[in-house]
Amino acid sequence: MFEFGVYLITPALLMGAWITGTLLERRHFDELLRLERGAQDILAVTIEDVPPAWSVEACDLVIGNVVISQDYFKRVAASLKGVVGGRIGVYEPLLERARREAIVRMKEEARERGHDTVINVRLETSSLARARSDAKGTAGVEVLAFGTALTLRTGDRPRVGPGGGFAV
Amino acid sequence: MLISNTQEIPGKSVVEFFGVVSGSTVRAKHIGRDIAAGLKNVVGGELRGYTELLAEARQEAIRRMSQQAEQMGANAIVNVRFATSSVAQGAAELFAYGTAVRVE
Repeated sequence: MFEFGVYLITPALLMGAWITGTLLERRHFDELLRLERGAQDILAVTIEDVPPAWSVEACDLVIGNVVISQDYFKRVAASLKGVVGGRIGVYEPLLERARREAIVRMKEEARERGHDTVINVRLETSSLARARSDAKGTAGVEVLAFGTALTLRTGDRPRVGPGGGFAV
Repeated sequence: MLISNTQEIPGKSVVEFFGVVSGSTVRAKHIGRDIAAGLKNVVGGELRGYTELLAEARQEAIRRMSQQAEQMGANAIVNVRFATSSVAQGAAELFAYGTAVRVE
């Protein structure tokens, strides 16, 4: 009887997780677009040195992080795909979401502290081990974005250039 | 304490090097947060409890690193790096390290 119940629960759980997970993912992508537009005025670059034309008034380390997890259906799908190998497509949007979210949070922290530019942006990804005896699954993946936020002298602030990028 | 992950503090120049400073903290997941995260794990999405936990832990690591630099007589830390490692099941070490310097 118990076994039978388990057979019913699992497909129901998978279906539920798939529908909710997909909806949440779509909502998150929409929200990311909105957040990224909001943070557009903070320039974030991976270059290490300050261009000589800029004069810096203040600097500080800024960090943005997010822990994100895959829904149950996609985790199962990925583990099945893992048997045959190849591209595991369901994990790609997950990591993309996490990275974009972490960058936006880093930019927002820079803005809160009154900075306008972030240089030397670095991204790090690490998976958190699950506190369970089997330790197979992960409790999620953490993406960390950090960089050095700068306050540039007014007038030195990067302006939007002719190509739509930032002009130095 | 000026902290930066660049080679030097933008707008200042390094006059003295003190060497590597580091700070770390090991955190285990809170039981309440773990249950909430376990539920969230089914539908996927952000595990807010963990995000906050790791952010707090990282600030703690930075604070310890800064204290160490202060004791050395430094006023800035450059080239800061972070590392995260799972030391045991359900626990993570957050580690921050950099070079303590004096800038002017």
